[in-house]
Amino acid sequence: MEMLSGGDMLLRALKDEGVKHVFGYPGGAALHIYDAIFRQKDVKHILVRHEQGATHAADGYARATGEVGTVLVTSGPGATNAITGIATAYMDSIPMVVISGQVVSERIGEDAFQETDMVGVSRPIVKHSFMVKSAADIPEIVKKAYYIASTGRPGPVVIDIPKDITAPGQTFPYEYPEKVKIRSYNPATRGHTGQIRKAVQLLLESKRPVIYAGGGVIQGNGSELLTNLAKGLNFPVTNTLMGLGCYPGTDRQFLGMLGMHGTFEANTAMHHSDVILAVGVRFDDRVTNTVSKFCPNAKIIHIDVDPASISKTVAADVPIVGSVESVLTEMLAMVKESKEQPDGEAIKAWWKQIDEWRQRHGLYTAPRYRTDGDAIMPQDVIRTLHEVTKGDAYVTSDVGQHQMFAAQYYLFDKPRRWINSGGLGTMGFGLPSAMGVQMAHREAMVACVTGEGSIQMCIQELATCTQYHLPVKIICLNNHALGMVKQWQDMQYEGRYSESLYEETLPDFVKLMESYGHVGMKVTRKDELKAKLEECFAMKDRVVFMDIQVDQSEHVYPMHVAPSGSMRDMWLSKTERT
Amino acid sequence: MKRIISVLIENAPGALSRVVGLFSQRGYNIETLTVAPTEDETLSRITLTTIGDDHKIEQITKHLNKLIDVVKLVDLTEGAHIERELMLIKVKASGAQRAEVKRCVDIFRGQIVDVTSSLYVIQITGTSDKLDAFLQAVGDASILEVVRSGVSGISRGEKVLSL
Repeated sequence: MEMLSGGDMLLRALKDEGVKHVFGYPGGAALHIYDAIFRQKDVKHILVRHEQGATHAADGYARATGEVGTVLVTSGPGATNAITGIATAYMDSIPMVVISGQVVSERIGEDAFQETDMVGVSRPIVKHSFMVKSAADIPEIVKKAYYIASTGRPGPVVIDIPKDITAPGQTFPYEYPEKVKIRSYNPATRGHTGQIRKAVQLLLESKRPVIYAGGGVIQGNGSELLTNLAKGLNFPVTNTLMGLGCYPGTDRQFLGMLGMHGTFEANTAMHHSDVILAVGVRFDDRVTNTVSKFCPNAKIIHIDVDPASISKTVAADVPIVGSVESVLTEMLAMVKESKEQPDGEAIKAWWKQIDEWRQRHGLYTAPRYRTDGDAIMPQDVIRTLHEVTKGDAYVTSDVGQHQMFAAQYYLFDKPRRWINSGGLGTMGFGLPSAMGVQMAHREAMVACVTGEGSIQMCIQELATCTQYHLPVKIICLNNHALGMVKQWQDMQYEGRYSESLYEETLPDFVKLMESYGHVGMKVTRKDELKAKLEECFAMKDRVVFMDIQVDQSEHVYPMHVAPSGSMRDMWLSKTERT
Repeated sequence: MKRIISVLIENAPGALSRVVGLFSQRGYNIETLTVAPTEDETLSRITLTTIGDDHKIEQITKHLNKLIDVVKLVDLTEGAHIERELMLIKVKASGAQRAEVKRCVDIFRGQIVDVTSSLYVIQITGTSDKLDAFLQAVGDASILEVVRSGVSGISRGEKVLSL
């Protein structure tokens, strides 16, 4: 058997696991590992400029490909800098393995230089974690980590490795296990057939059904199945923020996103529905509004791979624990074989009602924002972006108003195209995650929709884009303020803009880009927006930053009335309420 | 309602902290907690008591089951079970008190396991309620120190918590 040192073993195990890219940043406790990286060619390391960037890049890579993202950081500050990105991945159930260096075994617990209890610090935000006690265990731990990260409800896994474990002096027999068995970990696979039959019965009897689909459908590779099911039944579909793209956004049956900034038709249809087919969703508070008033007449079918997600906040009438793919496959077969058909008349009437809602306040039947002024409206930027990229770009985003505008107006037709921090809401996510996406799809158009606030949270990664030729396009909706904070201050704090304005402190983004060797473009006029965006995407091999000066007073609508509103209670504009 | 949850967990470093962390992270309370290795040295058994309605307990057991180190668990309070707690208590025992405390120990079927001229160390086992009752009977005035093990439990009859 081949004899390898701990460091070499780690790299070989990554290779044998099929890892192609590792996003990381070196440091003392990880030096043996970095030396092992230097001596091999199979695993490519991408040097970020801050460990947070590494985690978001690996996260974007994972979201765009479905593969596990891999991160390598050193101990102490390297590890703690990775925490925000790990929490981001945890909240959105993204498969990721984070390898952190640790001080040498015999120093652990002595408050050694750059020592942090990484397993302890990361504990609440990981699916699982390992502390390596012996180099001989590395292959098995790596195998287990990737297995745990990618199966069941995916999530981040930390492997903490003390420096002495990876030392070059000592070698150990290396063999990569073909599979692992963990006696205490048996993620759900097939759903209960009886429950699925019950669900199909409910669906076929329904008169006002809605399919409410989320990130689990994308993670579980169930988009095609879900689309077939919805098409076959002619049922309306709404997506969560995380689920956008799991059903074609430009399709007639798509109602748009639901929830706090969901469309009028999606939220209203949910409220009035009699059966909700919830797939890969978790009834997040940004969806349900006041739980006690949530969809009062609906029977709820809830499919999820994680039993703890079911009946956590909203009780399910028909819970189905299983992988989305297997449950939907079975469901689809049952619907096809069933002698019963959905009630055609009732469904027709339901669609008539929904179309009436769409006409009244829908986002896609007419512009629901001011179009006569001189200012560039942020909504128009996203619509033009969609037009210029033919709806075919990978779009990452940061967090705030621009994120909601992107979610509302860039209609995603394919899964894994919309990459955003939904659960944790991490500003700074957009640029590094776009790098990860571009690393996975070298030829694809990758746009990072951001704001002048968010972009400054991980702006150092512009240098990484230079180093690895990652020509992402940064679409910055610059409104000179923390837009969403300001919106809330308008709505709930009588316009007292506490610490949400930048005054005159914004950098000259064009010059900043130039100093990194990128292209910066400032857009101030409405009539030049489309041409400038076309120019931007024509520069295929350059990083381009579009500093788009948008209307500074615009709010995101619709917006749920909170607290104590129901799904259908929304602000539709600054003055109009349902 | 008080629940007794027994958990078989991998006897691995950090496993207990994951269980305890889960409770604080999600805002659940642990009333008592005991943990020790089992006859199978790769497994530890945790017994913990917590208070909550059915919904809360369901969430607790689901989240415990999600922890990779948790192998198996059972909510003992769902069926007939035996509950025991051990208490060691040091009390003043001089003068007239000495005989009175001794009588009390006999009534509760405890044992005096250490004696000096002025105090007793008493050992007593039973349900938590019984231990509470004993403390009340002896009275605050004479109690010097109390140590309780936390609840251990096992189901009655055929049911077995094992791999």
